[in-house]
Amino acid sequence: MAGLHKSDLPNPVLNWIDSRLPIISMMQKEYGVFPTPRNFNYFWNFGALAMVTLVVMILTGIFLAMSYQPNTGLAFDSVQHIMRDVNYGWLIRYVHQNGASMFFIVTYIHIFRGLYYGSYKAPRELLWMLGVVILLLMMATAFMGYVLPWGQMSYWGATVITNLFSAFPGVGKYIVTLLWGGFSVDQPTLNRFFSLHYLLPFVLVGVVFLHVAALHIVGSNNPLGIEPRGPQDTLPFHPYYTSKDSVGICVFLIVWAAFVFFAPNLLGDPNNFIEANPLQTPADIVPEWYFLPYYAILRSVPNKLLGVCMMFGSLLVLFILPWLDTSRVRSARFRPTYRWLIMVWVVSFVVLGICGAHKPEGIWVILSRIAALYYFGHFLVIMPILGKLERPLPLPESITQAVTGRPIEVAVVGRPLESH
Amino acid sequence: MRTPLPLFAPGFAHTLAVALTVTGLFGLPAKAQETPEPPAQNWSFNGIFGIPNLEAAQRGFQVYSEVCSNCHAMHQLHYRDLTGLGLTEEQVKAIASTFTVPQGLDDSGQPKEGPATPANQFRSPFANEKAARAALNGAYPPDLSLIVNARPDGANYVYGLLTGYAEPPAGFAMQEGMNYDKYFPGHQIAMPQPLQDGRVAYTDGTPTTTDQEARDVVTFLYWASNPETAERKAMGVRIILFLILLTGVTYAVKRKVGCSLGSRPPLSL
Repeated sequence: MAGLHKSDLPNPVLNWIDSRLPIISMMQKEYGVFPTPRNFNYFWNFGALAMVTLVVMILTGIFLAMSYQPNTGLAFDSVQHIMRDVNYGWLIRYVHQNGASMFFIVTYIHIFRGLYYGSYKAPRELLWMLGVVILLLMMATAFMGYVLPWGQMSYWGATVITNLFSAFPGVGKYIVTLLWGGFSVDQPTLNRFFSLHYLLPFVLVGVVFLHVAALHIVGSNNPLGIEPRGPQDTLPFHPYYTSKDSVGICVFLIVWAAFVFFAPNLLGDPNNFIEANPLQTPADIVPEWYFLPYYAILRSVPNKLLGVCMMFGSLLVLFILPWLDTSRVRSARFRPTYRWLIMVWVVSFVVLGICGAHKPEGIWVILSRIAALYYFGHFLVIMPILGKLERPLPLPESITQAVTGRPIEVAVVGRPLESH
Repeated sequence: MRTPLPLFAPGFAHTLAVALTVTGLFGLPAKAQETPEPPAQNWSFNGIFGIPNLEAAQRGFQVYSEVCSNCHAMHQLHYRDLTGLGLTEEQVKAIASTFTVPQGLDDSGQPKEGPATPANQFRSPFANEKAARAALNGAYPPDLSLIVNARPDGANYVYGLLTGYAEPPAGFAMQEGMNYDKYFPGHQIAMPQPLQDGRVAYTDGTPTTTDQEARDVVTFLYWASNPETAERKAMGVRIILFLILLTGVTYAVKRKVGCSLGSRPPLSL
């Protein structure tokens, strides 16, 4: 017999539960006393922000699904029914609609933080790769969610994006038929997208759990990119980072609320207020803003198959990033050249996003090609070579020494709040 | 004491700012549009606290009922929604009863019509798209329920379109039966100029100029597209004020927690 978990909770009921299912002990270990580097900056809020967003999206989504009709004849009007007739339906929908954009904003910043401070490097490769899986799942979920209101951009966006798979030789058209459930975007497509849009967020929750589990094995990176060398370099997660995350969450909610209440349709496309019409193609078919950089990469290549491969490749390359970066120094603070080049990469990503919003003509083609070239060149050429050539700045001896300027021996060790 | 390491070298932030500004400039619309942008008007619903002027919207509903509704449906709206314009339930009941709408089937299974109740959708002028096109020389007037949201810069666009009728410039080839409009994409619109001075008779003494009629109907159409505006903005102000307060409290807690580390809190926390 395995026996009971030895719980030291004073409350007899909680102790009884915890002895048989030590979830309280686990939460205490992973979110209470969990040793966390003491020198986080506010970039380390964004994982928590993404988690909050995911929860809000699932909750609002469940309520939207109660009134939504996944039927080509009813979908558009059912969304208007939610907006006009359901109690606070407009609030739930605008939170959900803008939540998608918020999710991508915080996730992109979270990824940037990983790139800048080298959070993908050993021993955090698998943590990073799970993050890339999360990004891909998010994109699939967002894409299918955008189809559900069945506006013009929903319909034509779905048509264009699903058609991309037809570029694959041989199997392409079968994949497209399978995605559509027929021979055009129609009722079966809408119905299965609704089903998958409801399913994938829960898959996402599963992968997020693995992402956090992996994080709690290897521990958090930090702005210095050096590992904590002892208890003086870490703080218990609670109350230090629960309080710091709370500040970030409040500020984030202000931004989100500003969109929801004062500019709910700023990030949307007016065309999606027109019901889907398979006989009338809009002048410009543009995806949501968070897909624009990849859309620009797709359109910067004259060959469709190559363009599709580049587009998917621009995401898949992130999987092998831990092995493309040959530098042993994590944080860009100590990499004088990389610190510039990662910002050039950010600029190339932004330029791609702007190019994606314009028709691929004239200057936009040239710009998007230059930016796409840098996007890939940064990962595939610069990172492997730069790691060998660059001379990093000297690393501090320890986190405590760097943040307090004092040697390790006399450093102040974080102790819990007396009143807590 | 060592200064904290900066996130970016100062020169770097500057470079980034310049780079982003340059890319931002490229982001502006590069090509001159053939159709001019409609001039921005001063709407009651503009700005953070702006909500649709209900008197204007009520007059706009009159314009819609007497002019637009002869061709344009608004099928997302029900007569009961008119209470959102500040009308009483009795008034709404009276307004609804002046419209004849389909009322299901009679006892012999034939479609029947009758006076509308507040629960009915707005009366549609045509049974379907084909009937509309047959009656209107092939043109299909769009549903106006969401028109302000469904066009870029919708309120200014609809106002510009309604007041933008003009003689075509010399040498402009007009198709048969089309009308020239300054702000309609391509300038050729099937709809004849719908609003003229004195087109409707307002009961509140407001002058019935084309401009006034257009302003009123745009206000009504904005309300129709976004009936929740007043409630949304009022709630938004309260929620954001609350969140700012909560941020302050949370920040104070965070500072207090940080101070428990001793006389010298870690610099980044």
